[in-house]
Amino acid sequence: MSSNADSVFNVVSPTSTSSVRALHVGQRVSLSGIIVTARDLAHKHLVESRPQELRDILRGAFIYHCGPVAVPDGSGWRISSAGPTTSAREEQYQADVIREYGIAGVIGKGGMGQKTAAALAESGAVYLHATGGAGASLAASIKEVVSVFYLREFGVPEAMWVLRVENFPAVVSMDSHGGSLHQIVYQDSLAARTRLII
Amino acid sequence: MVFYPEREHVISLISRASSDIPADVRTALEGSLDVAAGNAAVIVHEILDNCALASCQQVPICQDTGIPTFYVSGPVDMDRARLIEVVTSAVRDCVKSGILRPNAADALTGINTGDGTGDGIPQVYFDCAETPTITVDLLLKGGGCENAGIQYSLPDLTLGAGRDIEGVRKCVIDAAFQAQGAGCAPGILGVCIGGDRATGYAVAKRQLMRPLVEDGTPGQFAGLEASLLASINSLGIGPMGLGGFPTLLGVKIHAVSRHPASFFVSVSYGCWATRRRRLSVVSDGGWLVT
Repeated sequence: MSSNADSVFNVVSPTSTSSVRALHVGQRVSLSGIIVTARDLAHKHLVESRPQELRDILRGAFIYHCGPVAVPDGSGWRISSAGPTTSAREEQYQADVIREYGIAGVIGKGGMGQKTAAALAESGAVYLHATGGAGASLAASIKEVVSVFYLREFGVPEAMWVLRVENFPAVVSMDSHGGSLHQIVYQDSLAARTRLII
Repeated sequence: MVFYPEREHVISLISRASSDIPADVRTALEGSLDVAAGNAAVIVHEILDNCALASCQQVPICQDTGIPTFYVSGPVDMDRARLIEVVTSAVRDCVKSGILRPNAADALTGINTGDGTGDGIPQVYFDCAETPTITVDLLLKGGGCENAGIQYSLPDLTLGAGRDIEGVRKCVIDAAFQAQGAGCAPGILGVCIGGDRATGYAVAKRQLMRPLVEDGTPGQFAGLEASLLASINSLGIGPMGLGGFPTLLGVKIHAVSRHPASFFVSVSYGCWATRRRRLSVVSDGGWLVT
């Protein structure tokens, strides 16, 4: 399998652990299939209430740290903006969610911490980094709003939106082998900083 | 005679600021592709594609439309209450129509006010100028990059930064390093040397309104701005902090007077989605957004 930064790996969600284990940091991914948005309230609910209704949807699929802008469209919904939100806020819950629901991975922005990294390695999951601020173009990759959970309880940005996407672009920044692009960049930039600030 | 902006004019200002990336920022992003490679180049392409799509469809470039910050310039006797009212009602209208996301929350409970306004939101600053023309500058700056700002008090022993230009240089490099691309790199750093704790941050944020390429005689800090841009890009933090080039598009520095006992270096971190536009209400009652 090529690790050339120019090649893009197509991943269909839900996916298998073996497919996820084949991904390594720095690889580009084009994701198609089911992703489910989850922000602060959703993560807290998933860990504290352990709801049954989402288990089948989440198994092997990807959670997306995103509070979309959604507007009613006929009998359904249209997502007009869907960029990632900062993932660090979910660090306290993420490892539990990975283990409990068997998700293939998490899509977000800015990476996550050691607890999540350990769960990624243990469970065979990955962290995919989407381009922050690219709300319009990421929304364009959403082809269908399949369903939405907890809309009344949590409101539009915090509800769990089940979305079917096509060619959603992302980069593997934390893999299931302990690799972290964030750690690599931190160490390299620290060395550069030390040379500049003596 | 002074001509005041109407609510519709401010709505146009907000809408354009939210959906049309300024030309100088787009040019800088396109220019970075001469050097950017690998995943970094891919991310810059995604950013540019997103900007083109947002402009074409007149939808927000980024779903976090930030806290609207208005800088109003006009004659000394301009009616401030009237201006605050018109920008505030325009913000409410834009939230209703989906141009702006409601981003005003109670400080302690986090409960969203729902209409995009709150105590101190939108922010409105006033400058007096010897002109009958009122201009309204708008900056939309998201929460993620706001969180990446930082303020240093010199001397700073951990950085070995003294109360001099070399100390300032170390602070700005450290600020970019600490952010590690959070706040959606590659953006712009606004820097204020001097002031107090409050004005330092306010002046630093105001520097984000300056175009990346400025006409006329180079300012006092033009050389430092250029060398800091090069230094910070040499950190290799890259777009989104995923490595490579560019880490930053520009640095804009301004100095104001300080108390002799204080020496603050304040850094306002702007994301790549530098959403800034100007509404001018010209003397014959016409108006335009630039």
